[in-house]
Amino acid sequence: MRSRLEPALPIVGAATILLLWQFLVPALGVPRFIIPTPVAVVLDLVREFPLIVSNTVPTAIESISGFLLGNIVAVAIAMIFVSSRLLKQTYFPVVLFFNTIPILALAPVIVLIFGLGIVPKIIVAAVICFFPTLVNMIRGLESPTENELELMRVLSASKLEIFRDLRLPRSIPFLFSALRIAAQGSVVGAIVGEWIGSNKGLGALIIESTFNYHAERLYAAVIVSALLAIVFFNVVGVVERRLLRYQSPAS
Amino acid sequence: MTVETATAPAIVARRLDVGYPVRGGTLRVLENLDLEVASGEFLTIVGPSGCGKSTLLRVLADLIPPLSGTVQVLGATPAVVRERRDVAFVFQDATLLPWRTVRENIALPLQVGRRSAARALAADVDALLELMGLAGLDGRYPSQLSGGQRQRVAIARALLAQPRILLMDEPFGALDEITRDRLNDELLALWERTGTTILFVTHSIIESVYLGQRVLVLAANPGRVRELVDLRAVKGTNGRCTREAPAAVEAMAHVRALLEGS
Repeated sequence: MRSRLEPALPIVGAATILLLWQFLVPALGVPRFIIPTPVAVVLDLVREFPLIVSNTVPTAIESISGFLLGNIVAVAIAMIFVSSRLLKQTYFPVVLFFNTIPILALAPVIVLIFGLGIVPKIIVAAVICFFPTLVNMIRGLESPTENELELMRVLSASKLEIFRDLRLPRSIPFLFSALRIAAQGSVVGAIVGEWIGSNKGLGALIIESTFNYHAERLYAAVIVSALLAIVFFNVVGVVERRLLRYQSPAS
Repeated sequence: MTVETATAPAIVARRLDVGYPVRGGTLRVLENLDLEVASGEFLTIVGPSGCGKSTLLRVLADLIPPLSGTVQVLGATPAVVRERRDVAFVFQDATLLPWRTVRENIALPLQVGRRSAARALAADVDALLELMGLAGLDGRYPSQLSGGQRQRVAIARALLAQPRILLMDEPFGALDEITRDRLNDELLALWERTGTTILFVTHSIIESVYLGQRVLVLAANPGRVRELVDLRAVKGTNGRCTREAPAAVEAMAHVRALLEGS
């Protein structure tokens, strides 16, 4: 009995907190333009659905583009670093330093360079995706065991074949654990990019609603941002499960 | 060019020194090793940890260059023999690629090292599946196999190129005793049928005597030949003995005494 109820427990948890929020916050006299009730947020979300959707689309486009750009560049550079020790030793510390710059500090620089269009948002999203994927991809490509490399050598495999049949498939689990981080990070990047200079997108909606004390709309935009990240995260998860089916012991 | 005859040795090592570079010098693993293995022989190798059993196999497979001395495999250098696919290696942990099915793992040698002579055909994979008792498992992934099944796949993969020399580095070391005994018998049957020269490293004294026509007992620090125990008198005309035969038990006691004294 207990095990059958267990999956329902998080729903109970969320429901109790939402109920507390719904009744406790107004009871404590918090004004609704500071913290609106969950019901008010949902009603606003329904009422302003077209507005929310029209602002979600650009953010989604920026996130996906940034995700693709950042990860493709990261995978490419990881391949270069793994095949050339010299290049890795020369440039990896530079990349490491670059990564220590907070993205919020870097975003204005990117906007300054690329202007106010869609490009700087894509770049900010790409920068967020880039580093975890680079590091994980390098680790993944270097993860074959000594025995696996010896097996390939006994078979007289070329460097290219070792890459294709050993390093690349070995790196896929590492890649996907980075892609799951990147899926959420890309949404963060797009929104941060929109904060700095944009009049459309969820980031712009968040800033505008804050300045206008339009709390219901602000909360609705925040929730939709979270949903967007959850969708991306799960798409990556589905692709990962399909590709890594071999890991499950059940046939 | 000389024609190789059945009596020509498969492996000749002379004054072989092998070591690894370490900080401040060289760690000598094998020292002044002389060895001659006849074509078609089943040689087992035992010795304490660090005696260079695995290292010896790796030199023969061209995975490690020797520091000095000469190695001839089938009358050529290990590198040439590796390129010709005349030598195959079976690792203790099977070393199957987890993203490949059983069939795809066995077929790996067909897909890499194209410059090497590819003697095998895809049809051979089916024959090997049958031979190694893997029929019906060809679509499984390694994570769905038992330890014994994984080693069978590894052996099938090694046999695909029909190597003339099979180097086996404790292939059954991680298996339970029942499975190990069964695979021992299958390996002996395979050896009798194919006439492949087999060098087989093991920790098990019983296994070394049961499988080998000769047992190479190594001593450690640095690795060197302690004794080459000839078992051909122990084995019957069919080249076999039981694990319980008095002569076999006596040979096991002898090998044990050599190991304890080293």
